[in-house]
Order: sequence, then structure tokens, then C-alpha cells
Amino acid sequence: MAYDKFTILKSTAVPLPIENVDTDQIIPARFLKATERVGFGDNLFRDWRYNTDGTPKTDFVLNNPTYKGKILLGGKNFGSGSSREHAAWAIYDYGFRAVVSSFFADIFRGNCLNIGVLPVQISPAFLENIFTEVHKNPETEIEIDLKAQTITLLATGEKESFDISSYKKDNMMNGFDDIDYLQNMKSEIQEFAAQLPI
Amino acid sequence: MSKTLFDKVWDGHVVRKIEGGPDVLFIDRHLIHEVTSPVAFLGLKSRGIKVLYPERTFATADHNTPTINQHLPVEDPLSANQLKALESNSNEYGISHWGLGHQKNGIVHVVGPEYGITQPGATIVCGDSHTSTHGAFGAIAFGIGTSEVEMVLATQCIMQPKPQKMRINITGSLGYGVTPKDVALFIISQLTTSGATGYFVEYAGKVFEEMTMEGRMTVCNLSIEMGARGGMIAPDETTINYVKGREFSPSADGEAWDKALAYYKTLKTDDDAVFDKEYTFDGSLIEPMITYGTNPGMGIGISKDIPDAGSVEGGVSTYEKSLNYMGFHEGDHMIGKPIDYVFIGSCTNGRIEDFRAFASIVKGRKKADNVTAWLVPGSHIVEAKIKEEGLLDIFTEAGFVLRQPGCSACLAMNDDKIPAGKYAVSTSNRNFEGRQGPGSRTLLASPLVAAAAAVTGKVTDPRELL
Repeated sequence: MAYDKFTILKSTAVPLPIENVDTDQIIPARFLKATERVGFGDNLFRDWRYNTDGTPKTDFVLNNPTYKGKILLGGKNFGSGSSREHAAWAIYDYGFRAVVSSFFADIFRGNCLNIGVLPVQISPAFLENIFTEVHKNPETEIEIDLKAQTITLLATGEKESFDISSYKKDNMMNGFDDIDYLQNMKSEIQEFAAQLPI
Repeated sequence: MSKTLFDKVWDGHVVRKIEGGPDVLFIDRHLIHEVTSPVAFLGLKSRGIKVLYPERTFATADHNTPTINQHLPVEDPLSANQLKALESNSNEYGISHWGLGHQKNGIVHVVGPEYGITQPGATIVCGDSHTSTHGAFGAIAFGIGTSEVEMVLATQCIMQPKPQKMRINITGSLGYGVTPKDVALFIISQLTTSGATGYFVEYAGKVFEEMTMEGRMTVCNLSIEMGARGGMIAPDETTINYVKGREFSPSADGEAWDKALAYYKTLKTDDDAVFDKEYTFDGSLIEPMITYGTNPGMGIGISKDIPDAGSVEGGVSTYEKSLNYMGFHEGDHMIGKPIDYVFIGSCTNGRIEDFRAFASIVKGRKKADNVTAWLVPGSHIVEAKIKEEGLLDIFTEAGFVLRQPGCSACLAMNDDKIPAGKYAVSTSNRNFEGRQGPGSRTLLASPLVAAAAAVTGKVTDPRELL
């Protein structure tokens, strides 16, 4: 599915300083019943965000109007658990384009890259500084430059580079996905399949 | 150059290496279910492409199916719609479909091995993180997202960077009442829930060599719970005996089997192959395990007390949030904690051996009055064996009811939800907040620990009842 090209993102951020945020929290299983990719943002962090009667939990960060923006800041090991791509869809659909953490779960990271959410892994110390600055001043902006592979905390000028494969970077900057690539090597795949042992 | 088991299978499936990018990996067998496939099929439709190898994909409905009255129409319209989508998509693209009511229907990671879809040395994917289960056969098997489901349908390939390699050796023999589930929960408690992220694990050592295929599946199933993409065990006689003669295995007599067997025999790590990381634990020191927190790494030996925040990995506030959710405190004994529900089933522990283990404790005893128990077989084959072997009589006598196959309360997408605030001893794989229903509190454990809880109504050391 096509997604918006990613070049430079300059935005305020929403801080969620919790470790091991699993995909069941990002989108609980009971909201996975759709057969189309629509409306998942409404249930992003559903059980942390709403009481059982549907009223918002005022102490949860997504219900705090002080914090907004296209960058989600998460604690270590963000996105662990289930392979549900719906978690990445919910984050994208809500309006986030990047998640910043000191460590990502593997499948979640891959899912994000496949649908146009940029996972930005930075050092624990830098993450801590960003949390501190954002809590101090919610208007603090962060700049993520995909081409340069850098993330800058504009308030202090502190900057780090982050890893992404050149292939995935190219995809994200152009809004391509892997099927575009694989479709072009179909005969190579078929030849390969013919010689497999089982 | 010396290779690990993982290297051999991975390298043998790389169609193309992309410079500065992932490998294009050929997928031998693809399993799909109703929850993570519909959007992939929509993608195919919008691009106007067909399924390249429909005979390599198998569909079963499991995540979102009822576990009672499966002969009746599914009441929840959204669930019914997903099941219908799986059926119509499978039919449209020529994929085998084992829907609700079909004799082969069951949990995707239970029926795959049962019908020989799972093969040693194969690459297997499914839009479900517990696809790691199939690594028990020496396959590279892992969970993927829906975009990747679409890729596999369209091209039978996915694009993945090759993970690093980890070996976990368990030496010695397991103690009385200690099961494969305890081994897995022990490993995760040592490595933490993210300790193997970025790695593919090989399990080695006497403990795994002595394990049945069911036990190996339980261990490999839980690989994802320490962050690993998957885990695998080198195939041996136990593996080959299991695989031989199953419906989708290479035909058991003749050339196809000889060729397959020759390939299976190559599937082991070379003596001097090097792993990026290696751990060794003494199996005789593992005791029955139970979790006390909200991720599978928060597990302890059942006789132990809940550790202090200072002695565990990770931040104090996250730890406190977790214990607060569970209604537990640092230093609490686990033994004796009252429980409300027991769930035996799931792709982790929904196989015949798990029900035999459960029966070994409940036999001649009665279900505790304060406990609601859900016994959910992983497939119709498991269900049939429970009846054939007389286990159902034992369960009935003890006051238990057997339900019909499906994922059930493991992820509570259907009506099998643990109520808010209630404690469930579950043989499934995740104790995340709300995993088994909003507000539910899960204690992960083996079928023996679950059985001991079911008959005593509280957390009980199963060794006292065996």
C-alpha cells in the first residue's frame, strides 16, 4: 500500500516513557477484526487511553492536549510481542510518522519500515535527554532527517545518527514498497524454486 | 567455511542478496489465518496480481473462532466477516482452506506439523509471531506482518536482513515435574523479553535431544518472547519419525523421500561453526516456572518470591507499573496465591502431551469450586486423541469440560475472555496487560502447574500432586 514519502520530519513529540510497550497495548486483539485497513488510529493504545465505559483516561499522554506531534517517543524494547502489522497501522493512522526509542522489537521495526513509519533507534542517554526536554517544554521540536540519517533535539542542538539500510531508506524516501521490487524478479524466483531440495 | 544449522537453511533459500539491503528469501511454506491476511489479499487485488504458488500456502481459521457450538453460525458479525473473507480469498486464489468445521481445522501452528506442512530445513512464515514453533523441526520459521504476507502471496519471497546467530545449550536432565514450558520460561527469565532480539536461536544439548517433538515445539514457540525471530533444533531420528508419512510430507517411499532424507541429514551445525552469542544453562537446576508480571520474562521458579525492583533488568517505574497491574508486591510468595481461571491450550501448549500432563494431575481429583477452567485442544486431531486415550473421561470425572479447537483465551479475540481483575493460570504464551481480556491478569505456566492450580484453586507446586 502506498504511503507518504519521508524526507525531513520536524515536529514536536509525544512522550511515552514506558519500557517493553507490546503490540497488544498498541492495539488490543479485539480490534483486529477489520478486513480493511481503516480506522485503527481510533483504537491506538485503547486500554491505556480509555476507561471501560469509553471515557478518556485523563492521565494518559494521548489525552493530554499539551503533547502533540508526528513523533512518538517510547521506552526501550518498543513493539514487542505479536507480529500484528495493525500496531504499525494504528500508529500511522493516528498521525505519527516516526517512533523514537532506544531499542525496537524486530518484527515491529520491519512492519513500520514496510508501511512508512520510521523507527529511529538512538542511545539510551539521548533518549533520556529528549524525554527530559519534551517534559520540560512540550513545544520542543525534534528534527529527523532521513537522507542524512540524523535526529536532532533542536532545543539543545544535540544530534545523533541512526541506522537504516540504504535499500529501505531509498524505499521510504520514494514511498516504494518491497512488492514493487520483488515483482521485477519473478523469473529469477521461479528458476530458484525449481532447484530446491524439498 | 563452517556453518550453523541456521546458516545452511537460510543461505540455501537466498534468491538474491541486495547490497546495502536485505536478502530476498524464498519461502517454502506459507500459513495464513483470518486476522492478518485480508488486507494482504486486498493489496493483491488492487495491484491486480495473482498468487504465484497457491500450493505453497495453507489457510486455517483459528484466531477468531468460537470454541463452543462451532456448528452454529458465528454470532459476532465482524468475526464472521473475517472468516468469510479467508474462505472467499482462498477459493478465489486456489489456496487450501481449512475453515471452521473442516476436519483439518485448528490452530495454525498445531495443524501445520500434524499434516506435514512443516518440514525440516524448510523456510516457513505466517502472519503470526508464534510461527517460530515450526523451528522444532529444524526449519527457519518466523512471524511476519501483513505487508509481508502480501509479498509471499505475490512472489513467494520476503526481504529480510540475515539475523545474528545465538546458541542456547541446556545441559543435564530435567527434574521431576519440569516440562519443556518450564525450560522456555526459564530461558526467557534469564535473557529477558528483549535479550534475543536481532538473533535467530539454535537450542542444543541433552535436554532438547531427549525432548519429544511436542516439547520442542513448545520451546521454539516461545523464542519470540525473548525477542528472537525464531528458534530451531537440529532434526534427528525423533524429527524424522514424526515427519514421515504425513499428508504433505514427501511421499514416504520412493525417490522423493530419499531426496528429502538426504537433505535432512545435512541439517546440523558444523562442529567448528561460530555463533555471535552463546549461553549454557544446567537443566537440572530448572524448577517448575510461573510468571508474576506483564511480560514473559517476568518468570520465577514456583517456590521463589517475587523479586525486588532493584534486582531485575529495566526501569523501576515500568516494573512497579507491572506489579501494580497484577496486584502483586515485591517479596510475595507465588505459592498459595488464589486464582480464578485456568486455561490450557494455545499453539504453545495445546497438543496431546499437554492434555496428558494435565490429566496426570487432575485424575482422581476434582476441579476447585472457585476455578473456571477452559480446556481447548489445538486441533481436531488433538481433540480426537483426548477422547481415544480416555483423557476426556478423566476430565469429565474431575468436573472439567472440553471445548473445541482454536486460539481461544490466549488472545481473547473471541468470547473466551478472562474478566477484569481475575487471575488466570494459562499455558499460553503472553501475560501482557489485557492479553486474555481487558483487565485480565495472567500467570503463565506449564500444563502441570495449570492442573495443580485447577484442582487446588491457588498456585500450587505440581510436584506435590504428581
